[in-house]
Amino acid sequence: MSALVRRWGPNLGIAVIVLYCLAPFYWMVVSSFRRSSDIFDLSALPSPWSLENYRAVFSGSNDFGRALVNSLVVAGVTTAATVVIATLAGFALARLDFRFKNAVLAVVIATSMFPGISLLVPLLKLFTDIGWINTYQSMIVPNLSFALPLAIWYLTMFFRQLPFELEEAARVDGCTPGQAFRKVILPLAVPGVFTTAIIVFVVAWNEFIIALTMVNEPAMQTVTVRISQFVGVAAHDSPFGTRMAAGVVATIPLVIAVLLFQRRIVAGLTSGGLK
Amino acid sequence: MLLTERTTPTRGPDRARRGRADRPGRKAALLLSPTFLVLALVVGYPLLAALRESLFRGGDELDESGFIVTGERFVGLDNYTAVFGEASARFWNAFANTTLFTVTTVAAEVVIGTAMAVVMHRAMRGRGLVRASILVPWAIPTAVAGLLWRWIFQADGVANSLLGTELLWTADGWPAKLAVIIADTWKTAPFVGLLVLAGLQLIPQDVHEAARLDGAGAWQQFWRVTLPLVKPALLVAVLFRLLDALRMFDLPFVLVGAQKGAVETLSMLAWDEANQVRYGPAAAYAVLLFLYVAVVAFVFVRLLGADLLGDRRARRAGARA
Amino acid sequence: MRKAAIAVLMASALAAVGCGSDTGSRTPGDADGRGPITFATLKDGTGTVPELVQRWNADHPDEKVTIVELPEGADGQRQKLVQQAQTKSDVYDVITIDIPWNAEFAARRWITELPREQFAVDGFFDAPLRGSEYRGKLYSIPHFTGSAMLYYREDLLDRAGVEPPSTWTELRAACAKVLALPAAEGMSCYAGQHDKYEGLTVNFLEAVGSAGGEVIDEQGNPHLDTPEAKAGLEFLVDGFRDGMIPAEAITYKEEEGRRAFQQGDLVFHRNWAYIYALANADDGSSEVAGKFGVTVIPGADGPGVSSLGGNNLAVSAFSTKQATARDFIAYLTSLDTQLEHAKGSAYPMTRTEVYTDPGLREQYPYLPVLKDGIEQARPRPSIVRYGDASTAIQESVYAALKGERTVDAALAEMQRALSEIAEGS
Repeated sequence: MSALVRRWGPNLGIAVIVLYCLAPFYWMVVSSFRRSSDIFDLSALPSPWSLENYRAVFSGSNDFGRALVNSLVVAGVTTAATVVIATLAGFALARLDFRFKNAVLAVVIATSMFPGISLLVPLLKLFTDIGWINTYQSMIVPNLSFALPLAIWYLTMFFRQLPFELEEAARVDGCTPGQAFRKVILPLAVPGVFTTAIIVFVVAWNEFIIALTMVNEPAMQTVTVRISQFVGVAAHDSPFGTRMAAGVVATIPLVIAVLLFQRRIVAGLTSGGLK
Repeated sequence: MLLTERTTPTRGPDRARRGRADRPGRKAALLLSPTFLVLALVVGYPLLAALRESLFRGGDELDESGFIVTGERFVGLDNYTAVFGEASARFWNAFANTTLFTVTTVAAEVVIGTAMAVVMHRAMRGRGLVRASILVPWAIPTAVAGLLWRWIFQADGVANSLLGTELLWTADGWPAKLAVIIADTWKTAPFVGLLVLAGLQLIPQDVHEAARLDGAGAWQQFWRVTLPLVKPALLVAVLFRLLDALRMFDLPFVLVGAQKGAVETLSMLAWDEANQVRYGPAAAYAVLLFLYVAVVAFVFVRLLGADLLGDRRARRAGARA
Repeated sequence: MRKAAIAVLMASALAAVGCGSDTGSRTPGDADGRGPITFATLKDGTGTVPELVQRWNADHPDEKVTIVELPEGADGQRQKLVQQAQTKSDVYDVITIDIPWNAEFAARRWITELPREQFAVDGFFDAPLRGSEYRGKLYSIPHFTGSAMLYYREDLLDRAGVEPPSTWTELRAACAKVLALPAAEGMSCYAGQHDKYEGLTVNFLEAVGSAGGEVIDEQGNPHLDTPEAKAGLEFLVDGFRDGMIPAEAITYKEEEGRRAFQQGDLVFHRNWAYIYALANADDGSSEVAGKFGVTVIPGADGPGVSSLGGNNLAVSAFSTKQATARDFIAYLTSLDTQLEHAKGSAYPMTRTEVYTDPGLREQYPYLPVLKDGIEQARPRPSIVRYGDASTAIQESVYAALKGERTVDAALAEMQRALSEIAEGS
């Protein structure tokens, strides 16, 4: 009995975990392939399969392609800016000795606990005054408020693990501090920076409330906002099928990225929490 | 502030001897200035503006010709007294919901996450598959996850069909609360699981061996040996989840909707007030939420000693060396 | 705490910058401006509105109109409009508003006053036109209107030998007979919209109105301490308690109710005109196609009083091309356009003459019922704080429907809340 448990227990556990994680996602995929007339079916597979919802997602008025581009720009620029700024800060925090170092790190972490909702109205008023409404920067800049503390946290933890003795050695060998940093430390830091970039990208891609608040021009909306504002064929219609299809389209790039980089992401996520 | 200030002399002594203590400070200031500039703009400024806003009120008086008087007037702490006076029922309801969601989801996530981590740690095969699938709930945008669960929890949806129930999940009432808790747990328990797994993998195998030789059962091993060793990792994970859960907005907003008493959180309350063009009260709610989050974080760090900066371990390691 | 001090300094420096650039690119709006404009409206699944816009564009190459779709549901729609006003954005020129928002939007100066003579206002139904005024001035033009109709299963009523009901008592009696039929097994009697949203306010106002009461009078004063208000709320509360209204109807908005009716789960259903064509579709999506009829909603002692639904068109005060915006509204709400519009879409138009057009009467057999309903219908209260009033009503009514409050307690609570709102404005 207990041998049986020991042998099959973990496998069973694995199966349960996979089911737990994927079953709701599976339902989203299945529903997205149903026709709108049998969207309420409960069969495990759609019959017949239909691309109706996907056509609706990319049809003229929903303009989902444009939303994908917007999300890509917003998340991409957010990621790039975050990584550059956070690398500098993370390097300073992990590597330099200065007064108030822990206080600085504490302040950075403390900013990440500020509720996003309370940032919005003041920023909305500010951006109204400077004419930033319906621009990419009106989404990118507020995104930094949560992306930056997160990235600084991960990168500081990561840089702390790097063997800085190597840098010392390089300097002893006659490199300038700048050279030592470029030639020795930077290559070692790339994986950590890369991981941070993926995580920030995913989080920025998923952002909802800032994009909802700062933009009212449909052509500038990101995917998460676009999906929540899909309209059905009739005035009171909630187009669930179309939304599920759009949800799949919005998630698939992330799932592919996650599959490709899973080791890195896991390493990054866990090092942030641990070291 | 939140965390105690400690100076960590990582490689201090020789540096100080060379009398360059000053230069890293300047360099650090240079490297950190972009960060502080951005944070001052996107966090510092709005915080102060929200504090100011919470002392003003406007847009609620009509002039003689029936137009709303524009501009705002200073009302002191009126917005705050209103929160605990005329609007107190709604505020305390949102406060209770926020607290309930935070406590239940974080507790469920810790239990389920730890269980997942233990299973994954034991498993020989299928780790890659698990790792990939565990990241799926994490990667799905919360707004999309909200729609997905709303779809699952439709009155004639798949949840009722599988459970054989006829619950009205997205109406008001306890099923709506439960729906939010389930959806949030689904999305974040795997994440907690990953953090705990990483903690587990740091435990040297010989510790378990020693415990087993001492005659500890599987449960005792877990309770006496494993758990204390992953506690630091777990505490940090819990702190981050707490802060996140206290701000919950997207999920109940998309899953159930605005102005539903059963799931209205403090963030949703502040958003709704802003949407009704009552910025003063909205700002007051936001400030109160911020204080609540800060108090929870402070108490958590103080009581449980979550080692956020990792310097306690660093110092211990240093002492040992 | 030096860090905090520095942070404060930095932030106040930034705040100063923010205030300094106050005059930036915000748009003051231009009452006489002309040029290409946008039209923020609800999605029209029939494609008729886009066609009408095409026609306008062909005649006005320099003042082309682009349609911008607003999100589904009054809440999402309102959020977008409030947002554009907050940001003083000129992204929308012509906006579509829910009729009860007219007073608030006018009082906030988010929409502009409109000259009556440009819009041939005499041809409109009286109630929607009154709902478009604020303090005697016109601020928006009725585009669609609508009253509730009672959809009933003609086939089953015939089989049970009962007439369509015109009172609540008759409704219950009819149900008793119909539900006794073997063919009606598993069906429920009646449902409207009872989820906690604007639709619940509408259904409650309607119930009270149908009992002869009025929730908020023209001066904005609430009257919930009347026997009529009690009768109205009891109709809904008792309905849920004794199963006349099925329990799941507490989640019904328009679409959920329509689906239940189409699947043959309901004998009677209160809804708007738009579902007529959908429920009559013979592509297999509706099981009740050709099996139902419509009539005026029932009341306590005779036909009921519907709440007025519908959308209005208004000119955003932040638009820089308001002259074009007004012309476009005049075009879209003219009799010719409405006759054309009605051919392509089942939305109820706002001009009375549309309802007497013989061709249209043939196309939409329910037009006479609808006309009666609209003439009887009552606009929702025209008060500036309508949103708060509606929220207060939803709060109390919803609690009463779920049995968490007694009818009396719910009414007393509403009376108190609505009095406060009336005093505040």
